[in-house]
Amino acid sequence: MAPRLKLFLPLGLFALLAVLLFRGLSLDPQALPSALVDRPMPDFRLPRLADGETMVKGDIVGEPLLLNVWATWCISCRVEHPYLQRLAEGGVNIYGINYKDDSEAARAWLDELGDPYRSSIVDESGTLGLDLGVYGAPETYFIDADGVVRYRHVGVIDERIWSTRLAPIWADLQASSGSPGAVGAAALPTAAGIGEGAGS
Amino acid sequence: MIPELGHLALVIALGMSLLLTVVPLWGSWAGNYAAMRVAPTLAAGVTVFCTLAFACLATSFLQDDFSVRVVASNSNSLLPPIYKFSAVWGNHEGSLLLWSLILSFWLAAVATFSRGLPTVMLARVLAVMGAIAVGFLSFSLFTSNPFARLLPGVPADGNDLNPLLQDPGLIIHPPLLYMGYVGFSVAFAFAVAALLGGRLDAAWARWSRPWTNVAWAFLSVGIMLGSWWAYYELGWGGWWFWDPVENASFMPWLAGTALIHSLAVTEKRGLFKSWTVLLAIFAFSLSLLGTFLVRSGVLTSVHAFAADPARGLFVLIFLAIVVGGSLTLYALRAPAVRSRISFSVLSRETLLMVNNVVFLVATLTVLFGTLFPLLMDALGAGKYSVGPPYFNAVFVPLMALLVPFMGIGPISRWRDDSYQRWRSQLLLPGIVVLALAVLLPFTADQGFNIWVSLAVLLAGWLLAGLVTDFRERARRSRGLLAALRRQTPSYWGMVLAHTGFAAVIVGIVATSQYSIERDLRMAPGDSETLAGYRFEFVEVQRLRGPNYLADAALFNVSRGERDVASLLAEKRRYFASGSMMTEAAIDAGLFRDLYVAMGEPVGDDGAWAIRLHYKPMVRWMWLGALAMGIGGLTTVFDRRYRRAVTAASPAEASHGAPA
Amino acid sequence: MNLVVSAIAGARRHALRIVATGLFLLGLPALAVIETYEFSDPELERRYHQLSQELRCPKCQNQNIADSNAPISQDLRKLLYERLESGASDAEILDDMVGRYGEFVRYRPAAEGATLWLWLAPLLLLASGALLLFVLLRRGRGEAAPPVSDAERERLEAMLAVREGDTGP
Repeated sequence: MAPRLKLFLPLGLFALLAVLLFRGLSLDPQALPSALVDRPMPDFRLPRLADGETMVKGDIVGEPLLLNVWATWCISCRVEHPYLQRLAEGGVNIYGINYKDDSEAARAWLDELGDPYRSSIVDESGTLGLDLGVYGAPETYFIDADGVVRYRHVGVIDERIWSTRLAPIWADLQASSGSPGAVGAAALPTAAGIGEGAGS
Repeated sequence: MIPELGHLALVIALGMSLLLTVVPLWGSWAGNYAAMRVAPTLAAGVTVFCTLAFACLATSFLQDDFSVRVVASNSNSLLPPIYKFSAVWGNHEGSLLLWSLILSFWLAAVATFSRGLPTVMLARVLAVMGAIAVGFLSFSLFTSNPFARLLPGVPADGNDLNPLLQDPGLIIHPPLLYMGYVGFSVAFAFAVAALLGGRLDAAWARWSRPWTNVAWAFLSVGIMLGSWWAYYELGWGGWWFWDPVENASFMPWLAGTALIHSLAVTEKRGLFKSWTVLLAIFAFSLSLLGTFLVRSGVLTSVHAFAADPARGLFVLIFLAIVVGGSLTLYALRAPAVRSRISFSVLSRETLLMVNNVVFLVATLTVLFGTLFPLLMDALGAGKYSVGPPYFNAVFVPLMALLVPFMGIGPISRWRDDSYQRWRSQLLLPGIVVLALAVLLPFTADQGFNIWVSLAVLLAGWLLAGLVTDFRERARRSRGLLAALRRQTPSYWGMVLAHTGFAAVIVGIVATSQYSIERDLRMAPGDSETLAGYRFEFVEVQRLRGPNYLADAALFNVSRGERDVASLLAEKRRYFASGSMMTEAAIDAGLFRDLYVAMGEPVGDDGAWAIRLHYKPMVRWMWLGALAMGIGGLTTVFDRRYRRAVTAASPAEASHGAPA
Repeated sequence: MNLVVSAIAGARRHALRIVATGLFLLGLPALAVIETYEFSDPELERRYHQLSQELRCPKCQNQNIADSNAPISQDLRKLLYERLESGASDAEILDDMVGRYGEFVRYRPAAEGATLWLWLAPLLLLASGALLLFVLLRRGRGEAAPPVSDAERERLEAMLAVREGDTGP
């Protein structure tokens, strides 16, 4: 390398660094994708919130579902709750994990606010949460018909997030499940549809 | 009224620093001496108005003017006045103003003490620093105005200063640290000025050297204070965590260490000029990079300076201009001579090159480790963490590699030396040190430890070189006293700094290897013995401070029959924020610290979670760093720098022609 | 022998990295949490301390699970304790944690895959530094042109009125 050219080396390295730093400005260092993506959801054997009957993985897997981590101590869960109900009314298959909570309080909560869940799994000690890699509530796992985790959403689901980010993922799960019972694309709850339905 | 006055002062300071950037540079280009000579005056102006702005903000804090947003969010009427004052820099906006203020102090210092510089050179140096001031003052004014008001809706009282920051250590730590960070801007400005003038010579190195040493000294002491503060204030005895934001302060220090050694070669021997200039740019660039990392939120750190992409973008653009600009200038103007070496392989030059290689590798390693998570994220390769286990594993061997060369350094000769001479001088001291390294650890309470033994070996080797060198000097000047008197401040500075480094090595290794830590459930009346010290939990007291209530655990510590200390560890609850803090109680000593921290109550029987520490030689680390800082400052008193400063007129004649 | 370890999740460690930076956080520390684990073997306690310091709390800013009092850290400490007591090796425990939370939880990145570069980087840097040094020193042999020419030296002497012959760097 010519001596003069060599002197441009630091500048070049700095340019690369600057590009990296610029890219960094639009990244969220806190966002942590689930380590379970594209892996089967973990097995469990835990009671059902409604009646204390034992539930296992086989009881919920079979068609695409959302697995929503919630608790009565979680303020954001309360914010999210009405929208989950709209989704459930729109035909989205939602199961709950009642995470590190008091079952009595949880049942009262659902009585008061309505129950969007097919069933809620009682995870009082947080073992299922730990196996799933939950680190807070609310979190929502998208699980396909084969019981494989396809996506995790951390934080509240609201209409904006559902329609921009999550609805397409749900649609994919539905489409790829191929089970005859699955809702066809036309019948999918769209953001608009749900929004209207809940407009009251 | 006062905040508006401060705001106005800040605007004027910005205006003046703009002038300071433009006018003297134009003057140096056009050969207009009048334009060049306004530089010191403008520099003084910037200093005056920055000081005024800072005084206004400080007044707002002291007067509890909660209509000012930063005062409302970071102070409280119950806060003791001294903490109201230090709260000025306990937040993003105020600390940025402190940055500008300290930069203006450096400006004033350069303007005052560099009257001997050629007019062109001084004009360029001040102009470059002025440009940096423009960047930081506009950062303050346009994205982080410290004087913004909360109108209407002035709160009745403020949110309080984070209790962690209500501590004497935090009064002086940030200013000292910023003195270091910002001080590298002087070396940077000298480098850019020299590139602009196209003249990189030994004179340039001699001018920048004292400034660089001072900045490095401040940075050393600043980092050391932060480490010390973490140790006593955070309640669990840690002192360094390799957090990205800590690394941000450590990288300029590492690069600065390389720089001060490289400047030595450039000054003494006229070698490595391009390299030294590059290091000067590099050290200050890392200061700026630190500012970016800390204030943009691109990395996850425990520091929650509210992450604001707009601020991040501003600093990044500024960074791109300053670093990109100076590196472009470097590429175009640095002497592109094929490096020719006029010294033999065994010489002081070579040893200093080894120093540069090691410190540069260390800097780049820390940089790479710090940015690695960001890099992987940007490449979409996933989320990774790089933490203390990694940094310790790579950093410690690097430093260990350095020390063998560092020991030879003081006895080595410039230009040409011989292996025979080194061996004849160092063989005997080396054997003595080796013997000590094997024997000394046996005297420790915990017995022999291979790592401590190695640390003693390295530290001893370092000292052996220094002592041997001094004996040689004493022999030459016939008599110890004469020798002591004859040595220059730069010699003593080097001795102090290297001795300090030896102490740091021993302190870090001994405390890491020999510390004992116990977390216990203890009730009053219980006692526990640690490393021969018996800690007796006497009672729990209730205390009331100016703005907090505390539970305090009284411990009596004894060893055998002898009472050692009475320690009162507190757990405070601050009124304004309601936050809880543990205030550790420490019995400090040169050879060991005893440390008690109080956690939460456990159970119903009056027991508490208590943490007890026995930390041998932990002070050596900070005392060593302090010695390094004092050493750096000492060098400035060397006569040759004062000569350089006063030798005005001939310099002007021979060097003053504008490029 | 039963060893008792209660984790004082120092409320303030939360904040600690202000250190050495002159920076300040906004988030105030939460209340400390205490757990008491009894280890069947002091070696397990040692490994517990080490591993809990090398595992990163997934939810916190930048803290290991030993220092954090976030609920997730309590769970992970408990899991760690149980796995240790059940006889799992360090590697098994780390794999298990990574399986749940990804590579993110390891403060000591694995020496394989992408993070291998992290471990190689210092070696490569040092090797290139040493190589550069070697090349420079070799090239210099027998080419002893004075880097500061006599003329330049004279000029400097005149400028600075320097007394030469002083000491070290």
